[in-house]
Amino acid sequence: MYTQALNVKDEPTAAGDPVLEARFQAHVDAELKIEPNDWMPEGYRKTLTRQISQHAHSEIVGMLPEGNWITRAPTLRRKAALLAKVQDEGGHGLYLYSAAETLGTSREQMFEQLLSGKAKYSSIFNYPTLTWADIGAIGWLVDGAAIMNQIPLCRCSYGPYARAMIRICKEESFHQRQGYEIMMTLARGTPEQKAMAQDALNRWWWPSVMMFGPSDTESQHSDQTMRWKIKRFSNDDLRQKFIDATVPQGHFIGLEFPDKDLKFNQETQHWDFGEIDWTEFKRVIAGDGPCNKQRMKQRRAAHDNGRWVREAALAYAEKRRNREAAAKIAAE
Amino acid sequence: MHETPLFAYALRLADNALILGHRLSEWIGHSPALEEDLALGNMGLDLIGQARAFYAYAGEVEGKGRDEDKLAYLRDAKDWRNVLLVEQPNGDFAATMIRQLLFAAYAHPLYAALTKSKDQTLAAIAAKAEKEIAYHVRHSGEWVIRLGDGTAESYARTQEALDELYAYSTELFESDDVERALIEAGIAVDPAVLRPEWERTVNHVFSEATLKTPPQSFAQTGGRSGRHSEHFGYILADMQFLQRTYPGAAW
Repeated sequence: MYTQALNVKDEPTAAGDPVLEARFQAHVDAELKIEPNDWMPEGYRKTLTRQISQHAHSEIVGMLPEGNWITRAPTLRRKAALLAKVQDEGGHGLYLYSAAETLGTSREQMFEQLLSGKAKYSSIFNYPTLTWADIGAIGWLVDGAAIMNQIPLCRCSYGPYARAMIRICKEESFHQRQGYEIMMTLARGTPEQKAMAQDALNRWWWPSVMMFGPSDTESQHSDQTMRWKIKRFSNDDLRQKFIDATVPQGHFIGLEFPDKDLKFNQETQHWDFGEIDWTEFKRVIAGDGPCNKQRMKQRRAAHDNGRWVREAALAYAEKRRNREAAAKIAAE
Repeated sequence: MHETPLFAYALRLADNALILGHRLSEWIGHSPALEEDLALGNMGLDLIGQARAFYAYAGEVEGKGRDEDKLAYLRDAKDWRNVLLVEQPNGDFAATMIRQLLFAAYAHPLYAALTKSKDQTLAAIAAKAEKEIAYHVRHSGEWVIRLGDGTAESYARTQEALDELYAYSTELFESDDVERALIEAGIAVDPAVLRPEWERTVNHVFSEATLKTPPQSFAQTGGRSGRHSEHFGYILADMQFLQRTYPGAAW
């Protein structure tokens, strides 16, 4: 996964050079990629740095709820697949931090922002994984929602981000199919397994629908990102696309969605759905989801417990450099 | 449980790989750096993959319809055949890397020799595993050197891990009647012959790392005959939970 539209505010554009800005916009309008050494407006740089780093943070935090089931995966095939999936997420985090670094912020700085609570990550990972079916639901719904968000990002105007997204989307679509296959197996299994699948859908459906961010009427900040061709579709359009694709998949395996207003609209050819509880969304984003504190505590613990290892690696590298330099001098 | 030697041998190879792979998988998301999450994940996947291949073969040799999951999820501790080293807790990163080095430096020449086994299935699995485990030796060896020759703290932690885990390597080189028959038939590898190469590998790393090889001390053994450490039951409780709670369900 895992981007989430986080209602990114546009940065005020510093009074820049109008000629450079016009040239930049013409480049973007022509669907050409902006590369790290190209001139870009400060607001573009800041918006992208924030979006890409939030996306990277989401990958890293997202390793925790799924990692929670690696040791308990019910078969060796599932265990290997889940381990590989969580490892893919770490890999996505790595490409994304690298893409963000091309904009001038180091991975250490971005990490610091995550651990201090300054940077956000996708709020979906503040929900707990309580049963094995949650691993299926995350793959099917959360990765499914992420793909809807991310496919348009493969065409993002910023080259390094767009290229990272192409590879990420390929892996995500594999994860999504794998998640759906877990759900299908459970839904067709024993009554207890089916109940487990239904319970997971009940808990993950609305948070997944919320992953697309606030409704277009609330989100006033996407004009600039649309003009810069960072964003291509509105939150509501993407959300509708996700619901239209996902509902028939759920029905096909005999599961019900926890939305009494969900029905197919013959006129629009889309699924109508009920009111989203935006109070919950805001509460979880603000830090009061079921696992916000736990996730950050685990991330900080990994960082703190690993400090001596990172320090040792640096100290060793320096000793080696010094020894090599000394050997070179001795040889001369 | 009466076991044929070939079944028992394949099971030993599988159990070592699975338990160590399981231990490594506990690190994912909690390691000192993102690159290490990936590397530990890779090594875990290699080992779980090796285990699956050995289990599948063990099940086939046994001929009682037990597949990889029946073997991994429905045996209790006394029927597990892994050495005590691989079930030791992860500890800190130094302990995990020392454990990995001690095991991989043994498994690498083992798999290399097993490629010449008269049993073609074992030889084929070993051929793939040998390449994978070579990376484990390199990766863990490089870390042990960095940590040993890094800071005062990393040195102290790494020497402590080595002092604690070293004695468990004795068990790697033990053989019993089950293996002896297979060794004579050219199917299994005599673990005693692996020891010189193992010593060369680990001692080279320890010397680069400025670590002291611990003196030979009394070694706990018994994993191969099903006498495990207290830690082991928790691995099974964790790993087998779903299969035990919902008997007969397909996942």
